[in-house]
Amino acid sequence: MTKGELPGPAPDERMHPEGRRNSQGIRIDPEAEAEHPPQRAVLSALVKHEPGVLAEVSGLFSRRQFNIESLTVGPTVDDDLARMTIVIEEPRPGVDQAKKQLEKLIPVISVRELDHDAVQRELVILKVNGRDPDKVNAITDMYDGQTLDAGPRTITIEITGDEQKIDDAIDAYDQFGIREVARTGYAAIARGEAPTAQVTQPNQAPTEAQVETEEADD
Amino acid sequence: MYMSERASVPKEHDDEQTTTTEIETGADAAVAALENAGADTLFGVQGGAIMPVYDALYEHEAMDHYTMAHEQGAVHAADAYGIVTGDPGVCMATSGPGATNLITGIADANMDSDPLIALTGQVPTEFVGNDAFQETDTIGVTQPITKYNIFAEDSDTVGKDVGEAWALANEGRQGPTLVDLPKDVTNGETDTEAAVAESPETYNPPTTADEVILEEAAKTLETAERPAILAGGGVIKGEACEELREFAQEYEIPVLTTMPGTGAYPETDDLAQGIAGMHGTGYANLAISNCDVLVGIGTRFDDRLTGEIATFAPDAEIIHIDIDPAEISKNVKADYPLVGDAGIVIDQLDEAMNQTPPADEWREQCQTWKDEYPLEYEMPDDDPLKPQYVVEKYDELTPDDAIVAAGVGQHQMWAWQFWTWREPRTWVTSHGLGTMGYAVPAAIGAKIAAPDKEVVAFDGDGSFLMTAQELSVAVREQLNITIVVLNNEAVGMVRQWQDGFFEGRRMASEYPWVPEFDKLAEAFGAQGLRVEDPDNVEETIEQAREYDGPSVIDAIIDPAENVYPMVPSGGDNARFALNEDHLEEL
Repeated sequence: MTKGELPGPAPDERMHPEGRRNSQGIRIDPEAEAEHPPQRAVLSALVKHEPGVLAEVSGLFSRRQFNIESLTVGPTVDDDLARMTIVIEEPRPGVDQAKKQLEKLIPVISVRELDHDAVQRELVILKVNGRDPDKVNAITDMYDGQTLDAGPRTITIEITGDEQKIDDAIDAYDQFGIREVARTGYAAIARGEAPTAQVTQPNQAPTEAQVETEEADD
Repeated sequence: MYMSERASVPKEHDDEQTTTTEIETGADAAVAALENAGADTLFGVQGGAIMPVYDALYEHEAMDHYTMAHEQGAVHAADAYGIVTGDPGVCMATSGPGATNLITGIADANMDSDPLIALTGQVPTEFVGNDAFQETDTIGVTQPITKYNIFAEDSDTVGKDVGEAWALANEGRQGPTLVDLPKDVTNGETDTEAAVAESPETYNPPTTADEVILEEAAKTLETAERPAILAGGGVIKGEACEELREFAQEYEIPVLTTMPGTGAYPETDDLAQGIAGMHGTGYANLAISNCDVLVGIGTRFDDRLTGEIATFAPDAEIIHIDIDPAEISKNVKADYPLVGDAGIVIDQLDEAMNQTPPADEWREQCQTWKDEYPLEYEMPDDDPLKPQYVVEKYDELTPDDAIVAAGVGQHQMWAWQFWTWREPRTWVTSHGLGTMGYAVPAAIGAKIAAPDKEVVAFDGDGSFLMTAQELSVAVREQLNITIVVLNNEAVGMVRQWQDGFFEGRRMASEYPWVPEFDKLAEAFGAQGLRVEDPDNVEETIEQAREYDGPSVIDAIIDPAENVYPMVPSGGDNARFALNEDHLEEL
């Protein structure tokens, strides 16, 4: 070996030279789809109701560069616990990682990713110009909204629904001139008897064999 | 020169009560909780807001407190104490600057999962939020770098807070915790019992791995033709070295170690395939790049280990054993995630295995690579002293269980590469955070943790200058430690990168103004030695080892020597440079 010649077998002399991983560390199977596009995921977390938890959770999401769409927090029937609803947009491995990192925080008791059919609602309060009250009221009725405050110059309305409905309503009010908007972000709860967040086992991704067994059982 | 045995704790007087655990204040409760948890050693620096806790310590003769020169020294010493003993090291500092001076060491412990508990003073509760004198939002500042932190709110519960913080630092994946202690809470009266160190009920670290995945993993491993084990720091932290050794030998699987995993498997064993990663051995990195099943145990697949993810163990199915579910598939997808305690899961895997993998050819190949790419350096006669020689010589002269501390940089890599590792908890350095200045306080903490073991620190001239003041502590405590400064008058690793990747533009990396370290040591009251001639190395080392107290060896090494092998940052592990010409090819 001369001094400038690189040591070791060249990459094409590797025992399996075609092997590669993608940017998410997943071995690429040329036969299978390897990339994971970002997807929307709704996480519900039961946390200890104590100071600093919101800062800890939001800090976690920013320092690990998880793309957060909305975060809401409020008390539950248990005075010691609060529920956080977090909507993130991440590729599948990012969603899994976010769940696990969240679960790792000591004041976080449990985390669950909600199914797409989970009940999800956001509330918006809008203040629009009040020159045309009849037309404004018509739109409010159309979106099952409520008028909270009406004066000679402004009308304040509340609308509840999913993101699409609220976006549409905001578009509809735009013609009057929207002065201010306040949106809450999502609150969500699992549909039917499924629990929203429970004390879960440490996250262990099921293997393909397990998934197949479960599917066979179904 | 008279030295008390423990100069930094109050002298014993016959008429004084030697110990009391009676709890009268929040500070008593905090100290009693530590004592109850088994802590008997603390490292810290006094200051206004922490004074009540120090005052409580006055009564606790069983607690050895070591006053360090700087809070960074206290936290690194406590961190090293934790690495060597396996129990949380304890450090203390006052509010504001005391607490912020701990930050580097807490972040270091967080990256390396070192068990550590920090107690910080805080301004009285009524002043919090008012920008009071020496006030810092310590909880806010340390949140991203602690496993858990808590602001003590009440004199009656502060003991419980400290006990919880201790337990959380110690259990599951270890890590640093912090309790912020406002002065009114520590001064406040309480009559609570000494708290028991218990983690919260909701904290349940996993122990055993999923049986279904385990069966599949065993099936994959027992049929592997090119299996390898990658032992990380978690093997040592989880006390699983025995299980690992038995498992590897039973199934004849080559074992690689990460930098924190160094010592988990004896390098003298035939199956030891060496240290992996950027400055790991060629034979280790070739094994990783070509294996078909890789069992990662207690490793987080850090970028300094993996290099370019696309080419990391590209053909391997990965069995990942880790106690932290969040490490699974974080950087590299685990085909078989086995979440649990390392020792227990290795035993489970052992139970599930039916045969030794058919890997005779592979083991031969691994041996061939070891023969082809050994760690090497050249030191012809009349040439300047090589750092690798100093490390090898020191290793040769010391017992197998000697503890080696290191700072961060070239000297650290040479110490890692050229020391022959045999035992766990003998390699004490800063891995993930890469904290220059770690070595001197770490050697102090390590020696206090293991007074019967020989302790040597390898340091660089740049690294040494960052915490050299802690020598004063080693002198005061008359610790038999040796600091070997591998002096190349530069922050050598930066210079190496400038030469390799910045066209030799050596901006701010050379230190033509370094002090004479032997003289500096003497000024501190330590023995100062200097060596330049390879022929004098052995004699100088012996002089340091025989000296009763700390020694500093200023070893003037060849400034042209660089660290190889090297896989450039983000490179393919199978493409490593053994010299600068290779580096240019990459």
